[in-house]
Amino acid sequence: MSRMGRALRWLAALVLVLELAGCQTVQSVGDRLQGAVDRVMGSKGQKLDPWESWNRKVFAFNEALDENLLKPAATAYAKVLPSPIRTGIGNFLGNIADAWSAVNLLLQGRLKAGLDQGMRVAVNSTFGLAGLLDVASEAGLEKNSQDFGKTLGKWGMGTGAYIVWPVFGPSSVRDSIGLPFDWKASPSVVFDDGHKKVAITVLSAINTRANFLRAGEMLDGIALDKYTFYRDAYLQRRGSFDDDEQVEVLAPAAPASAPASAAMP
Amino acid sequence: MTLLNSLRRLLAIAALGLVHAAHAADASAPDLLIRQLSLETLEAVKADKDIQAGNIAKIIALVDTKVMPYVNFQRMTASAVGRFWRQATPEQQTRLQAEFKTLLMRTYAGALTQVKDQTIGLKPFHPEAGATEVVVRTQIIGKGDPVQLDYRLEKSGPEWKIFDVNVLGIWLADQYRNSFAQEIGANGIDGLIKSLADKNAKAAAPAAKG
Repeated sequence: MSRMGRALRWLAALVLVLELAGCQTVQSVGDRLQGAVDRVMGSKGQKLDPWESWNRKVFAFNEALDENLLKPAATAYAKVLPSPIRTGIGNFLGNIADAWSAVNLLLQGRLKAGLDQGMRVAVNSTFGLAGLLDVASEAGLEKNSQDFGKTLGKWGMGTGAYIVWPVFGPSSVRDSIGLPFDWKASPSVVFDDGHKKVAITVLSAINTRANFLRAGEMLDGIALDKYTFYRDAYLQRRGSFDDDEQVEVLAPAAPASAPASAAMP
Repeated sequence: MTLLNSLRRLLAIAALGLVHAAHAADASAPDLLIRQLSLETLEAVKADKDIQAGNIAKIIALVDTKVMPYVNFQRMTASAVGRFWRQATPEQQTRLQAEFKTLLMRTYAGALTQVKDQTIGLKPFHPEAGATEVVVRTQIIGKGDPVQLDYRLEKSGPEWKIFDVNVLGIWLADQYRNSFAQEIGANGIDGLIKSLADKNAKAAAPAAKG
């Protein structure tokens, strides 16, 4: 709980900083970072996939790692643990990720969305039994996942060239800069002990992979070349940004006949 | 891992974009069309156990009769094939469309098994006056992050037609353009048709058992 309190203090401090700084400043941070990357990498940083032959090798390595280690582990995990327990674990890990999303939303200057996400964490951490239950979603506080790579993008930094990291998988120049920050805020942050940190990271990887078992097989069926398919999906997705506009929830036209006839004398 | 999650959700939700079962929709205004298609899709899927079970024959029949009238699939295929489209003969173009459609349809068949208690949200729509191409933005709201689902529509005569779909920030035609170009570069247009057909045949084989 003291961690929770510390997180909330952090949020409060961030809001203050952002209000003082204003959007113009963060935009120039993004531009400056972009400039620095361009200077180091030259035109390479702007190309889609300048390291393709190397990336393909790493991708093949990751695929083999998945086939031989992660996928079998995730399959066993999904078989052993009943679905409600897996959902609980997913919610617990997701709740910690939501706190980081809230920070990123605030860093992006999206005050209302950031506070909503902070509220979501507060509700799930208390009424949701430390995040095991996602009661906030039922209350209309929807999940809004953000990470530091997206924040850098909002600040005006381009996605940059595609990079495949061993073990960690698809990334880009921009997202690789964001990655260490995201790690600092990953679920392992709630544990002090090194072994527990490793365990929670492994659990997180297996849980995510278990959710993806069926879809993974489907993807194999619709991608002509898996490498190209993953790359293009990654770059398109990471290059697009959402907004906070209100949506109108569509409801089917209510069958009005029953109550109307009941009202008849 | 974020990407895997995204792709999983892409598969889970893509289905809602094109499949629906209902009476003729009003295609005179783009947002009205999407509003009706979205609602009818969701209700049809929730009501039909066969579709939830991934019965591909039923899904294809549904799409052909109900959805395809509102989709310019030729334009979608042409956009995915890119500059090579004009080099293709009319016969090749027909086959490309057919195989591409089957490929996407299989995705939806799998994805429809994931539809449970979602609702659909419509984002504000403010088209420019007299625009003949517009984007209508929606969200699928369920467990986890809301899923972005946008449509590009064009005005053809008095009606509007869908010519591209965006799931989670990914436009489907763009998603396939590099893959198609890569295959055409290596094996020509016929090579692409063959590799799409092989993919489809391979996927149909195990599915035929069930």
